[in-house]
Amino acid sequence: MLNLIGLLAQTESESLVPAAPEYRDGSYWFPEAASSFAKDVDPLFMLIFWVSLVFFAAIVGFMIYFVIKYRDRPGHKVEKSASHNTALEIAWSVLPGFLLIWFFVDGAAGFFNMRVTPGDAEQIQVIARQFNWEFHYPNGDATTELHLVRNRPVEFVMESRDVLHSFFVPAFRQKQDVVPGRYTYTWVKPTKEGIFRLYCTEYCGDSHSLMKTNVHVYNSQEERDQATFYPWEDETPIKNGQRLFNMKCSGCHNNNDVKKTGPGLGGIWGKMETLSDGSTVEVNDNYFRESLLNPGAKLVKGYANQMPSFQGKLNDDQIFWLRAYIKSLTPNAKIEDELNLPASEAREKVDTADGDKPAAE
Amino acid sequence: MKSADSQFENRESVVPQQPGFWRHYVFSTDHKVIGLQFLFSALIWLLMGGALAMAIRWQMAWPWTRIPIIGSWLFQSEGGQISPEFYTMLFTMHGTVMIFFVIIPLLLGAFGNYLIPLMIGARDMAFPKLNMLSYWLMWPAFISLLMAFFAPGYGPGAGWTAYPPLSTVWEASPGSGWAQTLWLISLLFVGVSSILGSINYIATILFLRAPGLDMLRLPMTIWGLLITAILQALALPVLTVALVMQLMDRHLGTGFFTPDNLIINNFETVGTVGQPLLWQHLFWFYSHPAVYIMILPIMGMVSDILCCFARKPLFGYRPMVYSMCAIAGMGFVVWGHHMFVSGMHPFMGTVFMISTMMIALPSSVKVFNWLATLWGGRIHFTTSMLFSISFISMFIIGGLSGIVMAANSIDEFVHDTYYIVAHFHYVLFGGTIMGVFSALYFWFPKMFGRMLNETAGKWHFLLTFVFLNGTFFPMHILGWRGFPRRMADPYFSGQFLDLLPLNRMITWCAFAMAAAQLIFIVNFFYSMFWGQRAGKNPWHANTLEWTVDSPPPHDNFQHIPTITRGPYEYSNPEHDEDYWPQADDSAGLEESINTPATKASER
Repeated sequence: MLNLIGLLAQTESESLVPAAPEYRDGSYWFPEAASSFAKDVDPLFMLIFWVSLVFFAAIVGFMIYFVIKYRDRPGHKVEKSASHNTALEIAWSVLPGFLLIWFFVDGAAGFFNMRVTPGDAEQIQVIARQFNWEFHYPNGDATTELHLVRNRPVEFVMESRDVLHSFFVPAFRQKQDVVPGRYTYTWVKPTKEGIFRLYCTEYCGDSHSLMKTNVHVYNSQEERDQATFYPWEDETPIKNGQRLFNMKCSGCHNNNDVKKTGPGLGGIWGKMETLSDGSTVEVNDNYFRESLLNPGAKLVKGYANQMPSFQGKLNDDQIFWLRAYIKSLTPNAKIEDELNLPASEAREKVDTADGDKPAAE
Repeated sequence: MKSADSQFENRESVVPQQPGFWRHYVFSTDHKVIGLQFLFSALIWLLMGGALAMAIRWQMAWPWTRIPIIGSWLFQSEGGQISPEFYTMLFTMHGTVMIFFVIIPLLLGAFGNYLIPLMIGARDMAFPKLNMLSYWLMWPAFISLLMAFFAPGYGPGAGWTAYPPLSTVWEASPGSGWAQTLWLISLLFVGVSSILGSINYIATILFLRAPGLDMLRLPMTIWGLLITAILQALALPVLTVALVMQLMDRHLGTGFFTPDNLIINNFETVGTVGQPLLWQHLFWFYSHPAVYIMILPIMGMVSDILCCFARKPLFGYRPMVYSMCAIAGMGFVVWGHHMFVSGMHPFMGTVFMISTMMIALPSSVKVFNWLATLWGGRIHFTTSMLFSISFISMFIIGGLSGIVMAANSIDEFVHDTYYIVAHFHYVLFGGTIMGVFSALYFWFPKMFGRMLNETAGKWHFLLTFVFLNGTFFPMHILGWRGFPRRMADPYFSGQFLDLLPLNRMITWCAFAMAAAQLIFIVNFFYSMFWGQRAGKNPWHANTLEWTVDSPPPHDNFQHIPTITRGPYEYSNPEHDEDYWPQADDSAGLEESINTPATKASER
């Protein structure tokens, strides 16, 4: 079903696909600490870890010592020992209690810190659904990968459109369930630049494990804008399509031929797809448009009828850009010249041209 | 207790009778037969649950590869490999089977039934017919869960926690259809069965104790079972009601748990203004006490077994009883720690955090008392003792890792990762199952009249102990790397590929641990028929069950014994032998050679 080696190879050979992101995971220890919460979690973990280790070693050490010393052997008799000892019993009940109070105070302080958002935080709306994430920024833009600025606290206002999900970024040490029917909140302050993993950790259906995305942390607002928030009109339809794809589609579709919740969209242009009723259809302009507006009409074999309709959610320009990008993902597909012009010019040219008229309405 | 005494005078006149085959072995009201029925059903389900776990491990180690031999006929349509729906069924059913069909029936159904009347000097349970009913109510549960395996989607697909809306909306996942309904019906029967059982245990222990056996002379096993039964009687109705509510949500159009206007898999929920978190509260209000239901009886049994093989009285009997009560009582106010990341108010989070941490105190009292019980004893290394000692050390690991995640700030990080999986397997496998093995090696001679083979038992112990740690310890490492639970494909998009070798190691250990159980299965059946004869009291133990034949006759005692001392009079200098049975009423104790001939003549 999923060929992992194929996936890695794929991302390197496809020129239009960005190089595989460099995650910094590895080692058998904690993931790298990339948010301010690591100081609430890691030292307390280590404290409890060492205290536990001492207790464990002491108890098991004594146990092994007793078991060997008092083993049954000829001549060995049960030693006279107290059946109970009040002072000892009170001591070993009360002393660990002090340790627990220490853990409690430390843990509660960290917990409040992780749950109470500072007032100056940027707000990002998170929409979770089977099986993708959508992030809405204050300026109205939206992406399926999360883009943050280093050292800027950000609050996530989260809602689920279907079942329970859970927002988890191990490098941030932060996790929060996303509950349908109500908002849940969490916040982070990223402290390191880089790409980190974000995934759902509340079981949410058969493709739960595909509900993964990336968190990009940039050094400055400018870098973040370069990645996501450029003016549409100045870019080519392909570039705009890529941006739209990242906003709307990449939660369920890969830009190579690896299957996700939906089929991978790399290399499909012009291909004959087998449908769930056994018939075949060529992936062309019309099939592309129909699949966007009425996804259940011609379902590719092996996939559930799960995609929402984009009727009324994408305008004609956007459908045109998306088509340009998806077409560009097939290496041999013929790319019209105008698709490499700025979007404002390309649209006019296509409208006046005859013949292969994409997304005309 | 005067009322109890007068009751015994009436029961004294019971004439032992020989019922027919059906009444004796199948629809029996004899607590011993019912106990064995529970034992065998639970052990068969243990094999089933173990097989499911092996399939989970296969997927974690060799994802999306063909399973040798069985794969081709199990998953023809998938080309011999596990599909995501099937994987969901695996972890859902593994949890359900192990908790509801193995551990709870083993502890309360098998050991509870078998031991309670024998250890308190009663002829049977207070309500024998109710007892029979509580076993036979398990069968609709068994059948309906088996049917769920064959429902669309391979089986229920919402985890053993069955969180709505995934579990309440039919379209939500392939297993949310009939499979989920059958799962709910099955648990409903288990719930009713357990409620009936626990009422029976409470009544029996409170009212049918032999004369002289006051509450502070009860063996710890009975204390453990009593407190567990009370826990179950108070907590289980909540889950049972929640199951009915979920069934109504699914079939009668109510909306307890499903919010309005969700679009799940292109299906829209309309007019149901429910709260998914309500289910979580109701579910964990039972299922957290259930954790103690699954460990307290074992704590009691281990206390008895340790004393017997250390030939020493229990250190601190009263603190042991009080700490058990404390664990049970506090067990009711900690359920929220399962929901730290559900969006709970931080203030509530800290309340549940402190209550959770405080449970460590009575638990540590128990551990220290066990340790002090070993101190100065004369320790016999029987297989049962080895399992009991390892129970303590494994339980410590599970308990200490529990403190780690009781701290909310750390739980934010490790919640829903393999750290949790490691923790509860240390408690439930390293603790409960090791304890169950200890208890089986200890009471098998009483149940079947023959000893389990000790050499095979020690190999079984050694291999289980080594591979148990090989399986579950590395899961802590997976957990603090963020490796999530319940993912059919955690390696998707290349994540965690560096953990694949560790996962393969875990899987190999799990396979080896499963293979080690073959030793036990062979030993169990071989010894049942050809083992060394046990006699009445092979371990020279004090409690009442060792004063009757092995296996005990119908109605247990010829005369109800009078109890003159507590259960832990080992190595008492005032007595010649190093054990001093609780009753020296010789009427119930006459030495007889345990052969079928003499047994028949006794009747």
